[in-house]
Amino acid sequence: MSLLEVNNLSKSFGGLRAVREVTFDVEEGTIHGIIGPNGAGKTTLFNCIAGSIRPLSGGTILFNGRPIHHLPPHRVAACGIARTFQTIKLFSRMTVLENVMVGCHTQSRGSLLSGMLSLPKARKAERSIRAAAMDHLAAAGIADLAAADAQQLSFGQQRSVELARALALRPRLLLLDEPASGLTMHETDRIGELIVRIRDSGITVLVVEHDMSLMMTICDTITALSFGSRIAQGTPREVQSHPEVIRVYLGVE
Amino acid sequence: MRRRSFALFAAGIIAVQVATGLTGSDFLLTQLTMAAWYGLVVVGLCLLMGYAGQISLGHAAFFAIGGYTTAVLSTVNLLPVKTAPVITALAAVGLTVGGTDAWGSEVLRLSPWLSLVAAVTVSALVAYGIGMPVLRLRGHYLAMATLGFGIIVYRLALGTPLLGGADGLSDTPPFPLFAGLALDGSRAHRLFSYYFSWATVLAVMFLLVNLIGSRAGRALRAIHGNEAAAGAMGIDTSRYKLHLFALSAVIAAVAGVFMTHYTGGIGPAETSVMKSIRYVAIVAVGGMADLWGALIAGTILNFLSLRGFFGTYDDAVFGAVLIAVMLFAPSGIVRKRKL
Repeated sequence: MSLLEVNNLSKSFGGLRAVREVTFDVEEGTIHGIIGPNGAGKTTLFNCIAGSIRPLSGGTILFNGRPIHHLPPHRVAACGIARTFQTIKLFSRMTVLENVMVGCHTQSRGSLLSGMLSLPKARKAERSIRAAAMDHLAAAGIADLAAADAQQLSFGQQRSVELARALALRPRLLLLDEPASGLTMHETDRIGELIVRIRDSGITVLVVEHDMSLMMTICDTITALSFGSRIAQGTPREVQSHPEVIRVYLGVE
Repeated sequence: MRRRSFALFAAGIIAVQVATGLTGSDFLLTQLTMAAWYGLVVVGLCLLMGYAGQISLGHAAFFAIGGYTTAVLSTVNLLPVKTAPVITALAAVGLTVGGTDAWGSEVLRLSPWLSLVAAVTVSALVAYGIGMPVLRLRGHYLAMATLGFGIIVYRLALGTPLLGGADGLSDTPPFPLFAGLALDGSRAHRLFSYYFSWATVLAVMFLLVNLIGSRAGRALRAIHGNEAAAGAMGIDTSRYKLHLFALSAVIAAVAGVFMTHYTGGIGPAETSVMKSIRYVAIVAVGGMADLWGALIAGTILNFLSLRGFFGTYDDAVFGAVLIAVMLFAPSGIVRKRKL
């Protein structure tokens, strides 16, 4: 059984069929890439998996064998799927450390009431959340930014915070939406190494990205989309030489 | 830092009381006590607006729901039915109060403690009922929906004979507390009422400051910071917003209950839209996401208003305050906002 199974997934917006009966499996322990020209439906597909687009027009999504295509985003996250966003979405008016502490939400317990009463249990949970968040910052190499205002950081630093925050969920599957967009070449290399390290630590990665050389370097499997349909799938080498992929990217017959 | 804020504020409360005592102006304690209860509404609204980012332009309605619930229930005369099993059972556990009304006739009434519980229940039910549909809305739309709710409650208060129409309800009994002391507007209880009111405000502040620093409080701030990202972190955003809306409604209702027993009644002016806007203006002056700022701003502005400093321009002053804060100090004027 694959970790994530997408079967005949379709999503239309009015008359626009953004995703058309797309089927693919993501194997546990791999980096699975999704490529395609602008408007191919990559981000729509991604948001369907993450729960931010509901309801689907058709098809099913199984995670670890259980259907998740009807779940709202917070329930999808609770299943063990974390994500980052194409346009960085950090929590404003919060520090870097607090941002990552929010990522520990599903890993901890504590109601409004226990928070108000500041019960010993809640205080203890708070200390362990703080420690876990610091560990995630250290792993991302940004421990020195813990007290900084998340909104004041450079673009590259904000991406690292978002990644650390997603990893704080201790996910089985990490969804990365264009992790290299807006980064310098040096930063792109760094994020590529980081994604490989994440996979090696046992987290499966599904990544949408425009940067072809990055995708060809890091992905174990690639699914190519065009106009909402799957046109190719396989290893980077297979996809790269697939005639349909060459046609949609280069426009040659 | 947290402890210092509480100690400073408590010291301020004592210092103000001592100062009024020394200068023979302890009549000011009446308005300072009333300012405490309005301050309680403001801190509850501050939590909702400043921390969770959800506006309510109908919060006076919850204050009024608390006040009217207790005013109706605590003034019903039970003498004609005093032999009913329910009443004798309540009397046996001390939840009825005997006495005389304003005209000197003997009455038997429900304990205000019972009506406090009822007020909390009713306000929570209304908050969940109205919150479930309207909290799906954001920004201007949520503001307009809560405004509509406030207008409905105002017209209901004004048009319902049971609620006294334009006159409102009066002759509410003192709120019995402990050691024979009660919250009411009498001179004998003036000092006690002052300290009880401010102690209650500080107790609620303690709960809310704890909340903000907890896992649940961080979830609320995350919803304010970026709702889509909060959902992606596993936070059930609609559930959190709804619970917080109800919490701030209950806080407003509790303030309404005590204020009604303190002043001996409640009228429809407490439910008016201008009151709701006044609460929003005060939160803005305090700096939106600053509970202490909101409390200090609320105390000063309400005290001045209650003392009649703004004369017949009372509502106009709060409107002007709102404009001025938005233009010149959108992050508040009480103190610099800290991250």
